[in-house]
Amino acid sequence: MNFAQFTLQEQGVVILAALVLFASFSLLAQTRIIASIHAFAWQGALVAAATALVAFVAGQPHLYLSALITLALKAMLIPWILHRIVVKLAITREVETVVNPALVLLAAAALVAFSYYVALPVEKLSTLATRNTIAISMAVVLLGMLIMVTRRQAITQVVGFMSMENGLFFAAVVSTHGMPMVVELGVAFDLLVATVIFGVFFFQIRQSIESLDVDRLSRLAESTELDEAVEPEEPRE
Amino acid sequence: MNALFATLLVPLLGSMLMAVVPRCRIAGWLNVAFAATTTVTSVILALEVLRSGPMLSAGKFFYIDAFNVYLVVLTAFVATTTAIFSRPYMDYELGRGRLNSRRMRLYHAMYQGFLFTMLLALSTNNLGILWVALEGATLATVLLVSLYRTPESVEAAWKYFILCGVGIAQALFGTVLLYFAAASVLTVPEDGLLWTTLHGIAGQLDPTVMSIAFVFLLVGYGTKVGLVPLHNWLPDAHSEGPTPMSAVLSGLLLNVALYAVVRTKMLVDGALHGVSNMPQLAGYLMMAFGLLSFLVAGLFLHRQRDIKRMFSYSSIEHMGLMTFAFGLGGPLATFAALLHMTLHSLVKSAIFVTVGHATHIAGTQAIDKIRGLIRTQPAVGWGLLLGTAAIAGFPPFGLFVSEFLLLVATMESWPWLTVALLSGLAIAFAGLFRNIHPMVYGNQPEGQLPVQANMLPVYLHLLLALWFGLAIPAVLAHWFDQATQLIAGKGVL
Repeated sequence: MNFAQFTLQEQGVVILAALVLFASFSLLAQTRIIASIHAFAWQGALVAAATALVAFVAGQPHLYLSALITLALKAMLIPWILHRIVVKLAITREVETVVNPALVLLAAAALVAFSYYVALPVEKLSTLATRNTIAISMAVVLLGMLIMVTRRQAITQVVGFMSMENGLFFAAVVSTHGMPMVVELGVAFDLLVATVIFGVFFFQIRQSIESLDVDRLSRLAESTELDEAVEPEEPRE
Repeated sequence: MNALFATLLVPLLGSMLMAVVPRCRIAGWLNVAFAATTTVTSVILALEVLRSGPMLSAGKFFYIDAFNVYLVVLTAFVATTTAIFSRPYMDYELGRGRLNSRRMRLYHAMYQGFLFTMLLALSTNNLGILWVALEGATLATVLLVSLYRTPESVEAAWKYFILCGVGIAQALFGTVLLYFAAASVLTVPEDGLLWTTLHGIAGQLDPTVMSIAFVFLLVGYGTKVGLVPLHNWLPDAHSEGPTPMSAVLSGLLLNVALYAVVRTKMLVDGALHGVSNMPQLAGYLMMAFGLLSFLVAGLFLHRQRDIKRMFSYSSIEHMGLMTFAFGLGGPLATFAALLHMTLHSLVKSAIFVTVGHATHIAGTQAIDKIRGLIRTQPAVGWGLLLGTAAIAGFPPFGLFVSEFLLLVATMESWPWLTVALLSGLAIAFAGLFRNIHPMVYGNQPEGQLPVQANMLPVYLHLLLALWFGLAIPAVLAHWFDQATQLIAGKGVL
């Protein structure tokens, strides 16, 4: 990969891709809930900027609209909703403990290497200027999953989920200049509904276990069923 | 074509109307009425397709052929019979104070919304919209799983939401890759997600990209099908939600997800045909995942303590069997898979309806507390027994035929795997009956009283399953054969 061959705009897209990936890493390392929501908003803004740049480079006017939707939805509306929920639930100051942060970050680096490995055959075929961005977007998706696996708080899990969605959208933009508009609108709609439902859930979870630590949601695991079965019955009248 | 729009619009309108109807009693009836109207229009649609062949409409946005039209009819039909069951059942739950009238409104609105998303997923020609609709189906049902607001149900719903969300995100990545492969071939990339277009140019699509895309799509949609090891959400979601929801989730949603997998498999098979060194990659992957799910779920049947959980594992087992059959390919296995899909939907929803009544009789879902159903209420007891016999593949019922056909097909191409299939069937059979037997026959606890049960849907479904087992009507056999031709290249008849 010779960066000198890239035009100025292409270099810009690649730099933005790198920043999106960086935002994923900072999400992974961030232990404060509010800060991770902010990092997520920044990632959304970066994806929107990259989309606008691709729209300019490729001369695809409909991508400007996608960029606008992304900016409105992922950089503003969804972070704002999450922020409000955090304030309402009074957990603004909560700090999460991540088990073994160094290991998690190493795993993240390995995932990035892995995505480059998987994306190589795809890159060879690509006729587009933005080549290694597919690998980066796949890495963002995988890192989103890693966030969801390593975090215990319901809200940070949702942030991981949304950041995964960022990776998917980014993949669509850089590899194919965006999906057909109707699909993009559908995906955006689903995402918005999902955010609202997540919001409802936070309150439901809070009500049922008086915390948002999803580790405590463990009544339904297969192993506990046996324990429940041997529990003594309540004496009947 | 008008029938198609009616089929989609009726549940959509129903969903909106139900969101504002304040009276639960009326909403229950309206739910039945909307679902029944959808069934009628879907049958009209099916007759149109039967007469004039596959059709594209609304600027290639919808595509209806023999494969999806029968699933449309099946979906609408099972949704109707389940709605008939749901009306008194939910009334009873309301009376017991497990939910309030606001949540009932949510329930009815989402029931119709769920029906709409499934029909949209089935009828659309655009693979992107297929994804949107399937995600929509998750969103519509997730709040219904937590409808009772018990800690268990909230946990089940959260698991369902997160796992299916992550899973289906993989499917979106696969869809992006599909589009990427198509866009480099097509002159008008806008058409690159239309299934008909993709199917036409399948031979030109890049095989490497298509294989990677299929892995993502299989993992993504496979999560929704409930394939092991991505099945963790399924028993929870199916057991904690209201019983009518369990019936439509098990009977319908899993089918729609499998439908999505099969559609993409057809594309990947086209792309890999003759080019790659492993032309049946998609089939092998599906066979492996399917067989694993089938065997693992069969074993899990033995250690269940909750009756609805047990039948959810039975659903995983049957979905595994169908995935295996579709993966095996070839006309006979495909025919068997299509037949199995239909019969499993009918019988499994009938079982869940019966289980709903049984849990009302016993007042619990715990298997070791449900006893003596036949003594207390013969209709429910026999319904459960016959339903279980049907789902286990006993001869007079149709599932015996489909499983037998699948075994024959396996014997032809992979003789050794028949051993695995037969032992899996035996394990599942033993698992079901060791639990069902005491529930149906055992001594009834004192003071156990019959409830007002609506067994009409159950008997209707079981009769259909019996009919298909004794003699598949010629029209239907022809129909399945057409679908088989579409998927496998040639028919069996």
